[in-house]
Amino acid sequence: MTKKIEINVHHVTRVEGHGNIVLNAKNGKIEELRWEVVESPRFFEAMLRGRRYDDVIIIAPRICGICSLAHSTASIQACENAFGIVPSEQTLLLRKLLYDAETLQSHVLHYYFLTAPDLLGVGSVFPLVETHKDVVLMALRLKKLANDLADIVTGRKTHPISCVVGGFAKIPKPEELKAIQNRLKDALEDLEATVELSKSLSIPQFERETEFIALKDTQEYAFISGDIASTDTGTTPVANYLKITNEFCVPHSTAKFTKHNRDSYAVGALARFNNNHEQLSPRAKKAAQDLGLKAICHNPYMNNLAQLVEAIYVTEHAIEIIDQLLARGLKQEDTTVKPRAGRGIGAVEAPRGILFHDYTFDERGILKEANCIIPTNQNHNSIQKDFEALVPQILDRPENEIRLLLEMLVRSYDPCISCSAHLLNIEFR
Amino acid sequence: MKPKLAFFDFTGCEGCQLEAINFEQELLDIINAAEIVNFREAMTEKSDDYDIAFIDGAITTERDVARIKEIRGRAKILVAIGACATIGGINCLKNFYSMEEVKRIVYGDCAHYYDTIPARPVDAVVPVDYYVYGCPMTRSEFLKVVKALLMGTRPEIPNCPVCVECKMAGNICVFERGMTCVGPVTRAGCNAICVTAGQICWGCRGLVDDPNADSEKEILAKHNLTPDEIIAKFRMFLGYSEVAK
Repeated sequence: MTKKIEINVHHVTRVEGHGNIVLNAKNGKIEELRWEVVESPRFFEAMLRGRRYDDVIIIAPRICGICSLAHSTASIQACENAFGIVPSEQTLLLRKLLYDAETLQSHVLHYYFLTAPDLLGVGSVFPLVETHKDVVLMALRLKKLANDLADIVTGRKTHPISCVVGGFAKIPKPEELKAIQNRLKDALEDLEATVELSKSLSIPQFERETEFIALKDTQEYAFISGDIASTDTGTTPVANYLKITNEFCVPHSTAKFTKHNRDSYAVGALARFNNNHEQLSPRAKKAAQDLGLKAICHNPYMNNLAQLVEAIYVTEHAIEIIDQLLARGLKQEDTTVKPRAGRGIGAVEAPRGILFHDYTFDERGILKEANCIIPTNQNHNSIQKDFEALVPQILDRPENEIRLLLEMLVRSYDPCISCSAHLLNIEFR
Repeated sequence: MKPKLAFFDFTGCEGCQLEAINFEQELLDIINAAEIVNFREAMTEKSDDYDIAFIDGAITTERDVARIKEIRGRAKILVAIGACATIGGINCLKNFYSMEEVKRIVYGDCAHYYDTIPARPVDAVVPVDYYVYGCPMTRSEFLKVVKALLMGTRPEIPNCPVCVECKMAGNICVFERGMTCVGPVTRAGCNAICVTAGQICWGCRGLVDDPNADSEKEILAKHNLTPDEIIAKFRMFLGYSEVAK
């Protein structure tokens, strides 16, 4: 009897943006296997051209609603790098705090709302309101905390307001920081309870050796500073990012992919963990140990657990940063900017991986050229290579199971397809 | 029977869908009062049977045009949420280039692969029943509209300029701080959140019904903006409207 498998997942759900999975196999032979990205292109590089730097940092976060703070930070850094501005110590502390909110919010959303339904065998978080109400309430509480923290520091989580080139247009009140610090301390307990719960979940077993790329800073677990690190080749300065990303076109898809030392590389929480795990806090290290996460981990499904470990790390980090801010005292600083002609690059770790904004300005601070390289774009190739390694191992399983494992694999990368769509093809089958 | 709600995303950042998930406790209340049957960012199940469709994102491809017409055909009530869907938003920044130029800037040699049309709000293609403005959509307004629709009443959306709320928030006027903004012609409802956070109003909630755009342009000119800078100001979010032409 001929065994035929036809999987065509049109618009994978519970990911940010639009992507399709195509698998056709006959008698154990794979005929077609593709990860397709079908998001409408948005043309940000064209939209940014001709705008002044202070508009640029407002338009750029609109690349992505989920990681708008990452885009905002990368955008501000690129402007400052171009204009030769060195941010003050207070600005850096506030940015780090804001970034903790970004990472916590995104990881909580992804872990509880987008991933957990798979692990618990349901289609969305909504039925969990009935069956796992305490877990859902905990997730909502954590998300609200991260959103509130961002609100305090920058006026709003989605599309931030107060963070600008040169600093902050408004600074938070000490009493607000104090109040939220207490909630962050409570959140650590929620997160550690989540680790307990997660120990019993079964993560699919699959490994493919690959290269992991993330920022690395000698001072701390890097999110918004440092050089580019690879588990294969060591560190490279951010200024040379194009030597890492090497975008290329592939014949079977018109989407641009990236590669460095091997066929593909991966970015995101797991890549950061694999490069920088030694710099995690003791509680985050313990969580990793409890969850069976050990560097260098080559199972892409474990990215979800790396996110949970990072959620603990950034919560502790935020508590510490607030202590530092309160100890030194906050004051409104001058944010006057003197633009100059030149090029600047910003590099940050978006929740789902390393992100670059590269701008060229004229002497009035009007943007001449922009290039944004998005983490999900860097992961598309890795998803495709994982598919190619995974499918032969599971081809004898029922079609539904194959489909779910492929969908879960895509989701484990936490892809942010709207972000990546600035250079992805759309092709409907 | 609970009304069936569906969420559909077009060309945008999906931040408005995220804002809907961000409701925390209120989200649970909505789930109690209505059935969510379509929400790709948050759930796997999909259904073509729905009463109220929430649309985020702008219309930027021929494919988008066909899809929004199909959704309009099925929905009893259609609500546009967020700047992209209600006014076109920043997507319209590309409309001031030829589409060939836009594709070449971003995709270079691969430009011919891409399908794109000038960006437009949803109501440029199909009738829209209700609007939730803002970039991202103003959350309190979304709740107000959802509550009204579930109770069968009409939501009241402000039609005064942001300046009214900005004064009430106790802010020092942006113009007095040596900067400029389009708050005087922009629809209120956001409590002037951006000015309160130390910034300016960019007009993300769209124009009030009868904007005095000429006098806004005069004021901007008086504050030393060149004609190009004035038009750039209007094009940021309001590129689809006449004032930005």
